[in-house]
Amino acid sequence: MKRRTLLGSAAALMAVSALPALAQGEKLKVGFIYVGPIGDGGWTYQHDLGRLAIEKEYGDRIETSYIESVPEGADAERALTQLALAGNKLIFATSFGFMDAVQNVAKKFPDVKFEHATGYKRADNVATYDARFYEGRAVIGTIAGLMTKSNKIGYIGSFPIPEVLQGINSAYLAAKKVNPEVEMKVVWAYSWFDPAKEADAAAALFAEGVDVFMQHTDSTAPLAKAAESGAIGFGQASDMANFKPSPRVSSIIDNWEPYYIKRVGAALDGTWKSEGVWLGIGDGEVEIGEITDAVPAEVKAKAEEVRDAIAKGELHPFTGPLKKQDGSDWLAEGETAKDEDLSAMNFYVEGITAQLPK
Amino acid sequence: MIDPLSVFLMLLGAATPILFASLGELVAERAGVLNLGVEGMMICGALAGFAAAHASGSPALGFLAAAVGGTAISLIFAGLSQYLLTNQVATGLALTLFGLGLTAMFGKPYEGTKAPSMPMGPLGLNWMIWLGLIAVPLVWWFLNRSRAGLVLRAVGENHDAAHALGYPVRRIRVLAIAFGGAMAGLGGAYISIATVLQWTEGMTAGAGWIALAIVVFSRWDPRGALAGAWLFGGVTVLQLRLQAAGVSVPVQLLSMAPYLATILVLVLISAQQKFGRSAGGAAPGSLGRPFHALR
Repeated sequence: MKRRTLLGSAAALMAVSALPALAQGEKLKVGFIYVGPIGDGGWTYQHDLGRLAIEKEYGDRIETSYIESVPEGADAERALTQLALAGNKLIFATSFGFMDAVQNVAKKFPDVKFEHATGYKRADNVATYDARFYEGRAVIGTIAGLMTKSNKIGYIGSFPIPEVLQGINSAYLAAKKVNPEVEMKVVWAYSWFDPAKEADAAAALFAEGVDVFMQHTDSTAPLAKAAESGAIGFGQASDMANFKPSPRVSSIIDNWEPYYIKRVGAALDGTWKSEGVWLGIGDGEVEIGEITDAVPAEVKAKAEEVRDAIAKGELHPFTGPLKKQDGSDWLAEGETAKDEDLSAMNFYVEGITAQLPK
Repeated sequence: MIDPLSVFLMLLGAATPILFASLGELVAERAGVLNLGVEGMMICGALAGFAAAHASGSPALGFLAAAVGGTAISLIFAGLSQYLLTNQVATGLALTLFGLGLTAMFGKPYEGTKAPSMPMGPLGLNWMIWLGLIAVPLVWWFLNRSRAGLVLRAVGENHDAAHALGYPVRRIRVLAIAFGGAMAGLGGAYISIATVLQWTEGMTAGAGWIALAIVVFSRWDPRGALAGAWLFGGVTVLQLRLQAAGVSVPVQLLSMAPYLATILVLVLISAQQKFGRSAGGAAPGSLGRPFHALR
């Protein structure tokens, strides 16, 4: 009797443990770690739209899961390991600060493919992907330069990393081109997502006379604050359409869907390779959201002209002659910035008076 | 270059949520209860308050709902820690995680909606800032000058002695926890209704933990809580304003300063105890210890 129970339970155990193995063979498990909550209405929200898009595209052939609000640092390694142990064979890590964690975990799981957003470290099983946000910044910088009455443009930065500095420099150069008087005020929040601090940062900028601002943080809090004080701003990472027509007069939208669909497809048919891609407005990865009637028609026309020129490759936001903030030469007349220079950018361009934190 | 008055007015706003939360936690800790769920209670208050303000169009009703919401979730902690005698540290941490998850789920419909604007009180400050400032002397008076406050402190210092004197230790602690929940709820709602003006998942972003640090910094004194809230709030506002004015500031050092001050206060407290000076300003004697009458 006893032995029979034992045998029976052993058989049951085997059956149970065999099931997930079978399921694994059929479906590709795709995991995501997000730096903020999906409900941030910005950065992470857009990545999750990408996750939903691959679910729709591939249906039963894949299974997705995600871990949200993962802090950059040691906890990211834990979250990535957890996803790898759960059988995910393709893992997207969607924040710059996950870079070293991805490298470490990728070494331990050579048969798992990793995709790291906005980073620059690759390996055989680690690909990187990024969007040319700075192209969008040139468009909204044009609007900002034409719209400001105080000639003070504000910028809420997250961390002083290349991705953010590209945006500040690009927006400033575009604004200065249409308004030579313009001045750029920068406040660093040292967080990707902290609505209360982002709102305070916006308030600090408005107190300094800023009337048009941009942000490189993930929540909609600064726009809500702007609605209160009469300043205008732009949707960041996502359309943030709830704040139309003002204070949100336009937006930069990160559209990850085509890339995610392509990469999951490659993993499914076995053609996935480690590579680094950097796509912009022309490729549809960076989109400019509707420019509302809160800005005059000629401003809108000018912004669309910049957008279309960038999309066609006729205009590069970083075209010489350009100098760095310290007065040293960067780009000669007619020269455009090289990608490797941009992805290591650690300076402000000439004309920005704020000091870059070290 | 920077108008000090406008910095001070911004500071008052930034200090209000952590002031409310730390006053509530201070009372709970003076009753001997260590509730690490402040963050969870704040986020519940933030959502309950925002939802009610959004539905009714009245910020006042919003704050009322926030106090009720904060109390409701704190009673879960009270039931577990006071009746089932669970470990207070673990239960408090669980409460924070629970609160964050619960609000993430129920908050979905409110994403992207707006709060009604706050009516302004005297000096261009909204009335919640005033209420926070008034609460400081009230809590101080209650703890140090009222009979009920004396009993509450007795329960926190030595629950066995208080029990022997016939005081209902458990009931007093449940009431203190509920007060802490209501205050944390008000603090959380200040963030959603007055600071950020919308609901965002996880929006309290660590304010509850700062409130816990402030309680230690204050040496369990409401006046110290006000100073602590102004210190923490002031550093945040000042560094943002300095940055906006183009002054290069060591942000990391400034952000670290209040926590360093908290550690310094802890060192001072233990030095005082070691050298046998007055026990005043030390943690309540029964802090974090479970109480059972039959033990």
